[in-house]
Amino acid sequence: MHSGPPGERSGHSTRLYGYCAGAVLAAKSCVATCLAAGVLDAQGPVAAAERLILINATAIMLVVVVPVILLTLGFAWWYRASNRRAVYSPVWSYSGQIELVVWSIPAMVVILLAGVGWTGSHELDPARKLKSEIEPLRIDVVSLDWKWLFIYPDQNVATLNELVVPAATPLEFMLTSATVMNAFFIPQLGSQIYTMPGMATRLNLLADRPGDYPGLSSHFSGDGFADMRFVVHAVPASAFSAWLNRTRKAGSALSADSYAQLAQPSSHNPPQSFRSVDPHLFERIVQQTVATAVLPAAKH
Amino acid sequence: MNAEAASTELSEVTGAAARRALAESGPAPVAIVVAYGFWIFLLSDIIMFSALFASYAVLSGQTAGGPAGRDLFNLHHVGVETVCLLFSSYTCGLGLLAVERRRLDGFYLSFALTFVLGATFLGLEISEFTSLVARGAGPSRSAFLSAFFSLVGLHGVHVCIGLIWLLFTVAQVAARGPRDFVRRRLLCFSLFWHALDIIWVGLLTLVYLMGAS
Amino acid sequence: MLGKLTWSAIPLGQPIPMAASLFITIGVFAVLGLVTWKGWWPYVWREWLTSVDHKRIGVMYVLLALVLLLRGFIDAIMMRSQLAIAAGGAQGYLPPEHYDQIFSAHGTIMIFFMAMPFMVGLMNFVVPLQLGVRDVAFPALNAISFWLTASGALLVNLSLVVGEFARTGWLAYPPLSELQFSPGVGVDYYLWALQIAGIGTLLAGINMVTTILKMRAPGMSYMRMPVFCWTALASNLLIVAAFPILTATFGMLLLDRYAGMHFFTNDGGGNAMLYFNLIWAWGHPEVYILILPAFGIFSEVIATFSGKALFGYRSMVLATMAICLLSFMVWLHHFFTMGAGADVNAFFGIMSMIIAVPTGVKVFNWLFTLYQGRIRFEVPLLWTIGFMVTFTIGGLSGVLMAVPPADFVLHNSLFLVAHFHNVIIGGVFFGGMAGYNYWFPKAFGFTLDKRLGIVSFWCWFVGFYLAFMPLYVLGLLGMTRRMQHYADLSWQPYMIVAEIGALVILCGIVATIAQLIVSIRQRERHRDRGGDPWNGRTLEWSTASPPPAYNFAVLPEVASLDAFWIMKLRGNRMPVEHFESIRMPKNSANGFVTAFFAVVMGFALIWHIWWMAIFGLVSAAITLVVFGWLERGENEVSGEELAMSERARLRPVDAT
Repeated sequence: MHSGPPGERSGHSTRLYGYCAGAVLAAKSCVATCLAAGVLDAQGPVAAAERLILINATAIMLVVVVPVILLTLGFAWWYRASNRRAVYSPVWSYSGQIELVVWSIPAMVVILLAGVGWTGSHELDPARKLKSEIEPLRIDVVSLDWKWLFIYPDQNVATLNELVVPAATPLEFMLTSATVMNAFFIPQLGSQIYTMPGMATRLNLLADRPGDYPGLSSHFSGDGFADMRFVVHAVPASAFSAWLNRTRKAGSALSADSYAQLAQPSSHNPPQSFRSVDPHLFERIVQQTVATAVLPAAKH
Repeated sequence: MNAEAASTELSEVTGAAARRALAESGPAPVAIVVAYGFWIFLLSDIIMFSALFASYAVLSGQTAGGPAGRDLFNLHHVGVETVCLLFSSYTCGLGLLAVERRRLDGFYLSFALTFVLGATFLGLEISEFTSLVARGAGPSRSAFLSAFFSLVGLHGVHVCIGLIWLLFTVAQVAARGPRDFVRRRLLCFSLFWHALDIIWVGLLTLVYLMGAS
Repeated sequence: MLGKLTWSAIPLGQPIPMAASLFITIGVFAVLGLVTWKGWWPYVWREWLTSVDHKRIGVMYVLLALVLLLRGFIDAIMMRSQLAIAAGGAQGYLPPEHYDQIFSAHGTIMIFFMAMPFMVGLMNFVVPLQLGVRDVAFPALNAISFWLTASGALLVNLSLVVGEFARTGWLAYPPLSELQFSPGVGVDYYLWALQIAGIGTLLAGINMVTTILKMRAPGMSYMRMPVFCWTALASNLLIVAAFPILTATFGMLLLDRYAGMHFFTNDGGGNAMLYFNLIWAWGHPEVYILILPAFGIFSEVIATFSGKALFGYRSMVLATMAICLLSFMVWLHHFFTMGAGADVNAFFGIMSMIIAVPTGVKVFNWLFTLYQGRIRFEVPLLWTIGFMVTFTIGGLSGVLMAVPPADFVLHNSLFLVAHFHNVIIGGVFFGGMAGYNYWFPKAFGFTLDKRLGIVSFWCWFVGFYLAFMPLYVLGLLGMTRRMQHYADLSWQPYMIVAEIGALVILCGIVATIAQLIVSIRQRERHRDRGGDPWNGRTLEWSTASPPPAYNFAVLPEVASLDAFWIMKLRGNRMPVEHFESIRMPKNSANGFVTAFFAVVMGFALIWHIWWMAIFGLVSAAITLVVFGWLERGENEVSGEELAMSERARLRPVDAT
């Protein structure tokens, strides 16, 4: 190995140290960003359980994947043709013991993950109600082109592109779509679910503590899709009641007619609230007996 | 060489040939390759029908307030169609036997019958479709009717293609005689025609008989 | 008269499509002009356009794939560039109507017109040679298959010049793809192009299954077949079983759009969920159709360049057929979030994990082939090592998403996008490049330049990680796919790194093109005179490079696995005299002409020009009937010609 004058050597090692430090910083900021938002920043029991599954499953698989990758690179390097110290066995192509191990390792990993998958699918089924002493809050969700309508059937109010909920309260969603398929997703609170015309899907979530959690549509639905964003404001229970009172005193009523207006294609809709809602509106949207959106005629 | 050595050599050769497995005998003869390939095509066609059968099963209840199978299906009509088609398979088989025995008159007669029976089937089916459309039960009325018309219609399209193919086959036999490649194609045609029968039995059961009840 | 077609179909007001259309049009006319000016048409017509030789058809498939790679990649880099700048309130340079077409075209082209033709082309070229036979079971049908695939590719690219493409993603989910929400011609371009190409692929599948099962050299029992032929068999069985579902499903969507039917519409009782189930019942086997041949390529390459027999041949065969079967039982994992319920989700999740077992077995067997081998780092092996590392990571992310609750937060996110690019690029594309470098000398008689091959590999490898690892992170951060712009500025750095990755991949593509040009120029230096440049183990290396049209003057007698290797060990010599005459099929214009009318029919149907559609359909049918009627016969190659040809290729090197 070449050894240059002392200054040059320390120059090399300083640069190497610099690269390593840079890589570590990049990785740390990556991890920090990941943990500060999104799926790994679980703010509810559903998201927390799902995050645990993500981490556990990944860890289980890394136990196999990392050695496989290292062995691949290791074997490729050690058994290179120029390495005459390596053993060369040109006709060895079968070993019962190796076969047994080779089939067993993936099988065992799969059995483990299958258990996680089975229990997880049942415990985290979107339609499964969450255990809590607090009364759940029902919310009906309608995906329109290209905005979200939230109806509170028990409180008789509605909002557009904004969801205000009490923290630590189970939320029971019924979801449908007025036009094409979408998917309702609040990453920090957990599972997403498709919204489909002509039927209602169910989802149960809970926000542990007050905060603002971004939500979106995660199933492409057309030109205005990228703007189908909304914010979930989880607030203390008292603040929620206050919000309800304010909402009932302001804004317009949501009837079948005003809904038909709302259903016209539009995007970038600012958050809006409705002081009252026709009690049969959601049912009629699911049964497709209300005015449906008609897109502007194609250009050619 | 002496007789014993010769017979040993001969039995070795014939024994070796007999002992050689089918998988190791080299490329199969053309007739087998063609029939095999056509079978695989038929299997793929059956899978295409299966996708439509599956759709029919899912959508059969979706009448959108319109008529359902029991309101529309005329089992007598369907019965006549079935008899025509199944009988045409029989006459098709007879035609093939005739060609193998080089009795071309028998072949022309059998295939003429096959054509008439197949065309009758098609005519009856078209009349069924037009009457349904006239009653306002066309394919755009409901999902059930879309699935019905497509599934039964696809079979009808296959029958139509089969009839055109039949004419072409008869023309080839007439022009070229029962040569090897003509007989290979004849076999493919008959496989096709019989397969349409099998699919029709499925249609009859799953669509008409179960739908009418 | 011309249906919906008007002059406004040409995107004169939109600079980017106009530029792209001009580029493609000029490119096509330049190539046609060059061929005309040089007087190459008789040669091109005789040797390529009407060829029914599996080797020629295989080369044309791969050429189609590489050309469409460029188109699909340009779409990709446009998307990356858009997302690198459209952060916060910025709208980028691609409006949604345009961006939506680009991501739809990107996926459609890369899967149907890059990955599929790449694998089908390599299988076409190699399988008959490895089986020790002269061609596939139905050579004329083979040509028809290729030209129908090319027709589909042509229609998709026509949408750039005349009209628009689908804006629905590469699978055109309803209700968005129904007339009510996509009234334009875009979805029709998509559907007709894929229906036509799909028929071509189905016919190719039937052809290849028949060839592998019914036409092998004498002595080649199933367990003496090369592993690539086993994976080709599995892949083509999947084609035969899955593509009819695609034809039926697209047929139903077409009936909805053209005949007012209600399979998947919002009204009339239509059921969009039915489409999801049907399309993924095709779609999941499709990805195994793509990856299985790649697995076969890697098996061949590893064994050859380790100088060692493939470890665990029987296991590999078993694993291959297990994957083939299991691939039909996992389709629901593409829509766990549709709400099918815990039992259904769990079942399909577990089935999806089970399919990882045979895949894992294959990886281990490749590992133990390397073990105690004598490894030569030729370019195909580099791609293979790159695959083993990359695909394993992609497999991890896949099995992760096979756990339904994990999928509930990752579905449709950039994590998913990173996963499938991980396995398709790391698996299918790397396999294609390994196969391309490996069999190029067999096809053309000279090897590809090694240095540029190494550059291309490293650019692709590094570029891939730069382009897609940030997407895993973004998926975890909550970014979903198909977004034309995004609000969260903290996502932008990752997008910029991804853009850089795409640029590095661009360097890889440029290196591949350069490799081809340089290798052609220096072909005498890299000439493969013996036919066996890599010291191969399977029968294709026993022929000349390139092989004569008839492949083998006498079909080889196969006594074992790795037939050619054993022949070399035993010092078997190829015979040079006493040949019997053989018959080879004549060329046929059937494929080219039928495909031409298929394009006419497809274009007419898209634009509702009914008279032209009927004309196209009837003409295509008449073409098939006419060619079926004409007894074209075969060419006889006499024993003397065979002897001359065989002696010529075995002439000592110094005599030339």
